[in-house]
Amino acid sequence: MAIAEVQSQETTLKPRNIRVNLPRPGPLVLLVPALASIGAVSIYPVLLGLWLSFRDTTLASPTDAFIGLDNYFQLFSDSQFWNAWIHTIQFTTASTLVETLLGLMIALILSERFRGRGIVRAAMLVPWAIPTVVTSKMFGWLFDGQNGIVNYLLRSVGLIQHNVDWYGSPDFALITIVIADVWKTTPFMGLLLLAGLQTIPDSLAEASVIDGANAWQHFWHIRLPLLTPTLLIASMFRALDAFRIFDLVYVLTGGGPADSTEVLSTLTYKHLFSALQFGYGSALATIMFITEIVIAVVFGVFLLRKMREVGQ
Amino acid sequence: MSRIQDFRQKPPQGFMFPSWDRVLIYLCALFIVCWSVGPFLWQMSTSIQPDRELMSPTPHFFPYPITFEHFVNIFVGKSFHRYVINSVIVTITTTFICLLFGSIAAFALARLDIRGRLGILGFILGVSMFPQIAIVAPLYVLASNFGWLDTYRILILIYLALGLPLVVWVLFGYFRSIPQTIDEAARIDGARPMTIFFRIILPMSLPAVVTTGLLCFIAAWNEFMFALAFTSDINHQTVPVGIANFTGVHYVPWGDIAAASVVVTLPLVIMVLIFQQHIISGLTGGAVKE
Repeated sequence: MAIAEVQSQETTLKPRNIRVNLPRPGPLVLLVPALASIGAVSIYPVLLGLWLSFRDTTLASPTDAFIGLDNYFQLFSDSQFWNAWIHTIQFTTASTLVETLLGLMIALILSERFRGRGIVRAAMLVPWAIPTVVTSKMFGWLFDGQNGIVNYLLRSVGLIQHNVDWYGSPDFALITIVIADVWKTTPFMGLLLLAGLQTIPDSLAEASVIDGANAWQHFWHIRLPLLTPTLLIASMFRALDAFRIFDLVYVLTGGGPADSTEVLSTLTYKHLFSALQFGYGSALATIMFITEIVIAVVFGVFLLRKMREVGQ
Repeated sequence: MSRIQDFRQKPPQGFMFPSWDRVLIYLCALFIVCWSVGPFLWQMSTSIQPDRELMSPTPHFFPYPITFEHFVNIFVGKSFHRYVINSVIVTITTTFICLLFGSIAAFALARLDIRGRLGILGFILGVSMFPQIAIVAPLYVLASNFGWLDTYRILILIYLALGLPLVVWVLFGYFRSIPQTIDEAARIDGARPMTIFFRIILPMSLPAVVTTGLLCFIAAWNEFMFALAFTSDINHQTVPVGIANFTGVHYVPWGDIAAASVVVTLPLVIMVLIFQQHIISGLTGGAVKE
């Protein structure tokens, strides 16, 4: 969200010389309620979480001592952690790639003028507005192994002979989750990319028509390069969001069957609230946090390089 | 926008689309609509079909016979309304406070002389990218020390912090777009910043504020993990937790789940469709034009 703004603000944000004759409380005071609420629920807990990750705190027993990096060492030799790590990376990569590509196609279609375009755009907001928990249950019903309508449709057109136990079998469960996530998030991705497409000046399209470019050349040489920053920003936000997936997995499969859909968030949640291992769980959460920062930095570096290439 | 559209409408030269391309575009558009709306329509259809039909080998797309037993089940059998009441209380309070704090902050950042405003905005955006699982444990410890587990206020506080970045960013973008001369005129007349905000900027921005409120409402209404961790009984659990807990012992009550989904989602979907133009421009910083 607000991606288009990031770009436009950079150009408009020259400090203006507004001299407001403020009475006593300076303008910063107006930020206090918002910043205090955000800080109380983010900065302080993150630091406290870091502190917890160096301790062997469990809520079930009174033990609580500083154990340094022991939680982290234990984590790296924990096969459950690596299992969840791999699933999280698989999910993040698959969903980000598919959603970005499909989103781009949707954006290109919607950038054309046609009757009923408003209806299509409105319809695309529906998956976004539906609570993720409802999405999970809805896909649970759609992909049900016995009476699911997806199985029925696939059988009707002859793609499968027998019902597939989609999220009940280790082979298909993660794929089902990716499909559900793609359904929920792609339309939104499409809208963000559409916003990016529409900021490309019309004069460029006219120029390429005059130069005799065909639609494909126009897309490949004009629109795609200009859209790259938006694409990168949007897929970065998407990847960061996909990496912390929780609701969909927790409600649809609970990490099963046979841990085949366990991701880092659900594993952390189980350590925290089923085993009540707050120290160990916090170490897991901290690792996730660090990974998110790494993802953001990688995208950021890539983005800067691209922008410099485009000739900033 | 206008020039390119103009010459796109007179087809012949260049990469103008021949008519079979138009057909393709309409087919894709149709597919997008079905793909987006289809699953929820099926959920609606499911909610009014009797279990016998749902379990039959050939599903019926159009419900016949129609039954409301699932709706009766969830309200009478499962006290679903109590989750709805909890959700309404938490969500409306959150939205109200969020709009108040967020709009004042956005106003200060957008229209007053604040040094390092980009830094502050970046900080707010960065915070919204935190993996939420990283703050759930420490917040749980804090909440249990304060005796705030199983209360509305802990959920409201958390949702407030989760919603504020969105509110501040969207309204910041909107407030920047209002001409600065308006403030200047008011200031010459001796108005103070808060007067300018409440009497001039806020009334002018009402559509944007309402839309932002809706975004905030949706975010709080849909949140699951914190509600799951911080509440343990029906007196404070919200709708997503309630729906997640809908599991039968011997079979999954798909009809009841569908009914509950429709109850909590239909109002949302209707609101979104009413405000869709504002929502799209709010989320994309006004870049999507008609």
